[in-house]
Amino acid sequence: MKSAQKTPRGPRALRTPGGLSVRLDPRALIVVVLLAVVALAAGVVLIGTGDFPIPAGDVVRTLFGHGDAGQEFVVNELRLPRVLVGLLVGASLGLGGALFQAVSRNPLGSPDVLGLGQGATAGALVMIVLFSGSAAQVTMGALVGGLVTGALIYLLAWRRGVHGYRLVLVGIGVSAVATAVNGYLLTKADFVDAARAVVWMTGTLDGRDWKQVWPLLVLACVLVPLVLAHARGLRMMEMGDDVSHALGVRVERVRLVLMVSAVLLTAAATAAAGPVSFVALTAPQLARRLTRSPGPNLVASLCMGAALLVSADWASQRLFGDGQLPVGVVTGVLGGVYLLWLLVTERRAGRI
Amino acid sequence: MNRLSAEDVTLAYDQRVIAEQLSVEIPDNSFTVIVGPNACGKSTLLRALSRMLKPSRGRVLLDGQVIQSMPAKKVARTLGLLPQSSVAPDGITVADLVGRGRYPHQGVLRQWSAEDERVVRESMAQTGIAELADRYVDELSGGQRQRVWIAMALAQQTPLLLLDEPTTYLDIQHQIDVLDLCAELHEEQGRTLVAVLHDLNHAARYATHLVALKGGEVIAQGAPNEIVTAALVEEVFGLRCQVIDDPETGTPLVVPAARRARAGAVGAGRVAATEVS
Amino acid sequence: MLVDSVPVPRAETAPAPRKRRAVRSVGLLAAVAVLLLVAVASIAVGAKELSAAQVWHGLFHDSGTYADVVVDERISRTVLGLLVGAALGLSGAVLQALTRNPLADPGLLGLNAGASAAVVTAISFFGVTSLSGYVWFAFCGAAAVGALVWFLGGSRGATPVRLALAGTAVSAALYGYLQAVMILDDAALARMRFWTVGSLSSATDETIRQVLPFLVAGTLVAFVLARPLNAVAMGDDTAKALGANLNRTRALSMLAATVLCGAATAACGPIVFVGLMVPHVVRSFTGPDLRWIMPYAAILSPVLLLGSDVVGRVVARPSEVQVGIVTAIIGGPVFIFLVRRRRTAQL
Repeated sequence: MKSAQKTPRGPRALRTPGGLSVRLDPRALIVVVLLAVVALAAGVVLIGTGDFPIPAGDVVRTLFGHGDAGQEFVVNELRLPRVLVGLLVGASLGLGGALFQAVSRNPLGSPDVLGLGQGATAGALVMIVLFSGSAAQVTMGALVGGLVTGALIYLLAWRRGVHGYRLVLVGIGVSAVATAVNGYLLTKADFVDAARAVVWMTGTLDGRDWKQVWPLLVLACVLVPLVLAHARGLRMMEMGDDVSHALGVRVERVRLVLMVSAVLLTAAATAAAGPVSFVALTAPQLARRLTRSPGPNLVASLCMGAALLVSADWASQRLFGDGQLPVGVVTGVLGGVYLLWLLVTERRAGRI
Repeated sequence: MNRLSAEDVTLAYDQRVIAEQLSVEIPDNSFTVIVGPNACGKSTLLRALSRMLKPSRGRVLLDGQVIQSMPAKKVARTLGLLPQSSVAPDGITVADLVGRGRYPHQGVLRQWSAEDERVVRESMAQTGIAELADRYVDELSGGQRQRVWIAMALAQQTPLLLLDEPTTYLDIQHQIDVLDLCAELHEEQGRTLVAVLHDLNHAARYATHLVALKGGEVIAQGAPNEIVTAALVEEVFGLRCQVIDDPETGTPLVVPAARRARAGAVGAGRVAATEVS
Repeated sequence: MLVDSVPVPRAETAPAPRKRRAVRSVGLLAAVAVLLLVAVASIAVGAKELSAAQVWHGLFHDSGTYADVVVDERISRTVLGLLVGAALGLSGAVLQALTRNPLADPGLLGLNAGASAAVVTAISFFGVTSLSGYVWFAFCGAAAVGALVWFLGGSRGATPVRLALAGTAVSAALYGYLQAVMILDDAALARMRFWTVGSLSSATDETIRQVLPFLVAGTLVAFVLARPLNAVAMGDDTAKALGANLNRTRALSMLAATVLCGAATAACGPIVFVGLMVPHVVRSFTGPDLRWIMPYAAILSPVLLLGSDVVGRVVARPSEVQVGIVTAIIGGPVFIFLVRRRRTAQL
């Protein structure tokens, strides 16, 4: 094993005698580990928070199967699934956002801007307003809405290849139509449905159980490895289509695989928790600033998304009380404040 | 049979046809330069040779195979391209960017071998940017940046290298630097180079094989000494000129006729082009 | 890449500038004619079916019959639609030139979020319930956010990207607040869900009187800015070399856009997409000259708005669909069609 000598700032390489080698950026690695720890720790704290508080030590003991019966029920049946949904949704949104931003080569190219959130909302509102559907039906509606919107945007933007700029424009058009449909449904709803719809549109983790966990988990287990296998191609695509083409990247195929994955991740996350705003937009930007490394920073964005969402859920419960305000309110305000901080601090550096 | 060739290709963007039934052979171990007036299809031809553009008819062959049917990474290990437009990712260092040229040689379990390390160092040394290794690409001057991109293409270690106007936006000293570097790659390492150049004199001095294009057709091809004549320059570029021997290298040197001469005010005998027309 | 960068309109029209100007002038006259037709339709057609004679009578008499009242309301509504449509189109054109971003619209700079947050505050904390009571809140909210974004965007050193980011950031925070209030306060939800879609149906002469001075002032400033903004569109350095006063132009543009959009939003609620789409579409046939984009946008935006309003009045008789919804549902597909068909026109 030997590390590179002449790249003090950049990544190091680990090599085995058999000719295998792995490239690691120490700073990015530390950031990823820290973010994962923060996400899990926030999860443990979140499990302990509520009408029936449980100390963190007991939570961990219960998770490993050594708690008393009462704690076991509260932790495993009531709060663990909610926290797992939070972690999975945050991770999916963070990863999906990083993919969208990298493919559209635009820091504002998040699923919110492209209309996926609005499309999923339209699906959910149809179930809520027109059919007064159950929670499961609303989830299905949102999933279908998100997937249809994603497919529609891709097909409409396709013209001998997908151009990043056209993708964003078409997304904005689709998004405007979906927003209008949502506004119309909201004015047509009776008051109870409208209130339910607004909570859903803000994004919430209230009342999530194991039924939401499994599909998200399965999807993540399939898609995350697939995405990471294409990550090196995506890194090359930062340098423009021509260069990546010349380097042997199958640009259109990589783009299609990653777009489909991003749409699936985002749609599933939105179906499970509603269109939680700004996680997809801010997580990749934050991750990138922490790792200070170029490239899409996929794993770091994933961990950052999970940490952000679970922390925001904890903050909304602590600040406003259990079940008062959904997590989407906090992520919205946090996202805005973060962007402002970014503007003020980076202004002098002349970076943006 | 040469390694790279285009056979009867028709090249078009959407409905706009740039060239029809164009055939070009790139001689092995040559430094081929494609010249021609603006919009003659020289960059388009280069894009077709490097599989950026799929011919609507005909085919481009690399080592006897249709280039589109070959695995992308295999092509990328044989044929490199320095495109006109490329984007340096924000906050990337020179060494990192050059390292990305190793992509076709890497895999999930072979991400950064000692060989990669060595090739990147060599490429940076060859292009004279070794001392810039840890600088950020956004901080560099135009000339330095162009050398970084060339280093990246070199790190790809391909026997064939295609360059699309590598000297554009550079001052004269850096233009010569880049062309000297190309000549060195060709002579000392035996790589086959194909470049699109604007400057006819640079082309005539450095090329071993010259392809003159006009309106999507090959007007002439061969060694510069044999094909560059005043008649050819007038036919391809519509410019009256004299062709003399380059005092440094003996290659053809194109000297545009003075403004009055081109207006036809000066006697015909002096300007070779008029004999033809 | 190679061909994408070739601007299409230049190639076909460059040789005959005079002819081109004639074509554009005729086009502008045709647009005015279409606008007149739409305005007539807007007075003649509605959720209530009236005969031509009733409409004619209502136009010139005020005898207090039911039909006359309906026609009176339609006139107010049409006038407001004309004013607001023109304001939205102009503010979009100004913002797109200012930010050098063809995707800029008042929503991107946070003006809609500012107006919405102010209105929800008015409802929830000050107990304001009348639509004409919202007007000042909405206007002040939009103006305050406009100023804030201008300041955060770097005021004197504002760049297009910073302005867009500042607008997005402020919107994010304000929408979080908006949603929190709507979830906690039933009364706010009950009213906001109708206000946020944008509608012309509440138009009264009083609303028109309230916003008219702002709309006229904003329109005048916008037209004066056409020439300096043309210079700014070519990049900071070129603009300076051409002698444009960058800071003054930027500050005035931001002011004009804020006043126009703030007044429009105050009168009808946030109508999105008109300000984004119309200038974008207009640019694809006028080219980048704001001296042509602005008049076309000022005429075609009310065509879209009033046309959509007429459609919204008749599709769901006897009730109505709000104009903000119809503009997006009609405009969205048209916009996508144009994006697909044309090479996206650059600024």
